[in-house]
Amino acid sequence: MSGLMAVFWKELADHFSSKRFIILSLLVYLAGIATIYVAAQNIRTGITEDTQLIFLRLFIVSGKTLPFSFPFFLSLFIPIVGIALGFDAINSERTSGNLSRILSQPLYRDSVINGKFLAGLVTLAILVVSIVVLVAGMGLRMIGVPPTAEEVLRLFAFIFVSIIYGSFWMSLAVLFSVFFSRMATSALASIALWIFLFLFMSMLAGVISGALVPIDENSSLELIVKNDEIYRTISRISPNTLYGETVQVLLMPELGNPSETLMLISIYTAGMIPSPLSLGQSLLIIWPQLTILIALTALCFAGSYIKFMREEIRST
Amino acid sequence: MDKQSIIETKDLVKTYGKFVAVDRLNLRVDEGEIFGFLGPNGAGKTTTILMMLGLTEPTSGTARIYGFDPTREAVKVKRITGYLPEKVGFYEDLTVRENLDYTAALNGLSRKIASKKINELIDVVGLSEMAERKIATLSHGMKQRLGIADVMIKDPKVAFFDEPTAGIDPEGIEQILTLIKNMAKHKVTIVLSSHQLHQVQKICTKVGILAKGHLVAQGSIEQLGRESIGGGKIRIEVQVSQTTPKLIESIRKVKGVTGVESRDDLLLVSCDEDLRRQIAKVVANSDSLLIQMKVEEYGLDDIYMNYFREA
Repeated sequence: MSGLMAVFWKELADHFSSKRFIILSLLVYLAGIATIYVAAQNIRTGITEDTQLIFLRLFIVSGKTLPFSFPFFLSLFIPIVGIALGFDAINSERTSGNLSRILSQPLYRDSVINGKFLAGLVTLAILVVSIVVLVAGMGLRMIGVPPTAEEVLRLFAFIFVSIIYGSFWMSLAVLFSVFFSRMATSALASIALWIFLFLFMSMLAGVISGALVPIDENSSLELIVKNDEIYRTISRISPNTLYGETVQVLLMPELGNPSETLMLISIYTAGMIPSPLSLGQSLLIIWPQLTILIALTALCFAGSYIKFMREEIRST
Repeated sequence: MDKQSIIETKDLVKTYGKFVAVDRLNLRVDEGEIFGFLGPNGAGKTTTILMMLGLTEPTSGTARIYGFDPTREAVKVKRITGYLPEKVGFYEDLTVRENLDYTAALNGLSRKIASKKINELIDVVGLSEMAERKIATLSHGMKQRLGIADVMIKDPKVAFFDEPTAGIDPEGIEQILTLIKNMAKHKVTIVLSSHQLHQVQKICTKVGILAKGHLVAQGSIEQLGRESIGGGKIRIEVQVSQTTPKLIESIRKVKGVTGVESRDDLLLVSCDEDLRRQIAKVVANSDSLLIQMKVEEYGLDDIYMNYFREA
């Protein structure tokens, strides 16, 4: 146990003093502040007397000067931070000749990997919590509308999901760091996978659903729905989609369940009566997405575990 | 003193695919010994050490350190063993002291004890002036000495040094060997792998020679020398003023002498035991004068080359 804590504290100190992490967190803070500023400027548009959850709108409104919302930025940066925290976890220790020295100390091998993972998780959590709290605080000052209890709970859920999402990317990067002996390879492999899932997965989903169920303007509603179902199923392979849906349900509950209405909203929004999902309903809807994200994280972690535990540790 | 066997391996085998790195190795190291593990590159020295430390699993056979199985009881073994790998590395961004602090923490030492011990050790290995410097500024020799301090932090009962003197200048080598010798004085059993024979000869009490995964010889240097070159016999070098057939004949008659060779003014006498007195008497009774006489000592070089010619 003492071994695990020793590794944990060492890694935590390393993360917070590493230039890599400082640069990335500065970038994240900058993006967060910029989006919230734009959001506060534009928050008045589209608000009616019936609008509920005004405070949450801070997090979703974007403007002409900066057409991205805060969650979008987070979904962009969190994977990068996760990868940055994990891609050299094991292979850097090996290349530097530290691994055989550390593993000849009286600690279980898993303590090294657990300690590193835990330190990464805590670092990630500190970053996410601090940025959300910072942004919320700024927003509160700028618009002067305090959040309701429900909004606070939704923000907590949002923080939690974001940390889970980041830890998935981190555990994937750790997995690569166990499998690839060179740091550049594991970094590039993680980034490549991220770009694929982030950019190309939805394109791929569009192509496949279009091929299976071709639709045009005159297609029946039934076909449109079917096409949309296939599209969504495929794009859900990407954790990015899972995270996006979860965030949407948590921060924009008025859009309803993404599995049922996402596509139809664009057709019928005009006449819709705003009836946001309750907090309980929202959590119920994101449950599967959250479970998959946690399962994927566990899977990557288990993979690196199995490989690392039985590996030969040679100092070359 | 009653000696206990500290390291024992039984038919230890390690294969990588079809390649046999270590083949049925039976090794025994007793308490307080400095065991020199010799062999050319790729003979399986490092692989054997890794198996003893549980850093790789044996394909078959067992290793025991103080009776513990390194594969199953890895942590128990690592609590009492120190290991200095061949290409040792430290955290470059941390200082000498911080690196040692980390090792102490991994060994579960309290801060107070650790800091006292680290101060002592930094002094012992001669790095007091470098204590607050980053690792990146250290020379190779300094890093190696830091490695020894790193091994000593946990007060090991057994210490493995894998090629500790590779690529270090003569003065540095001297310092490192002295440190290792001092550890042995404190009852630490030491296994030292090397292909640099002269250094091993200087400090080792016992050697094992490994070739292509086989242990071809094991024992003290004198013992091995006798076995490999003298055919298990002692050779006495007798220098006389002149060698005559008569003298050779009379030496041959001495009880216990199995052979005499003459080489210029030297007579090489093979015998079962140390017969210097008897030979001196024979020479004194002859026409020749005895100039000097000594029991031939075998250097590791001779032993080593002899084994590899065989292997």
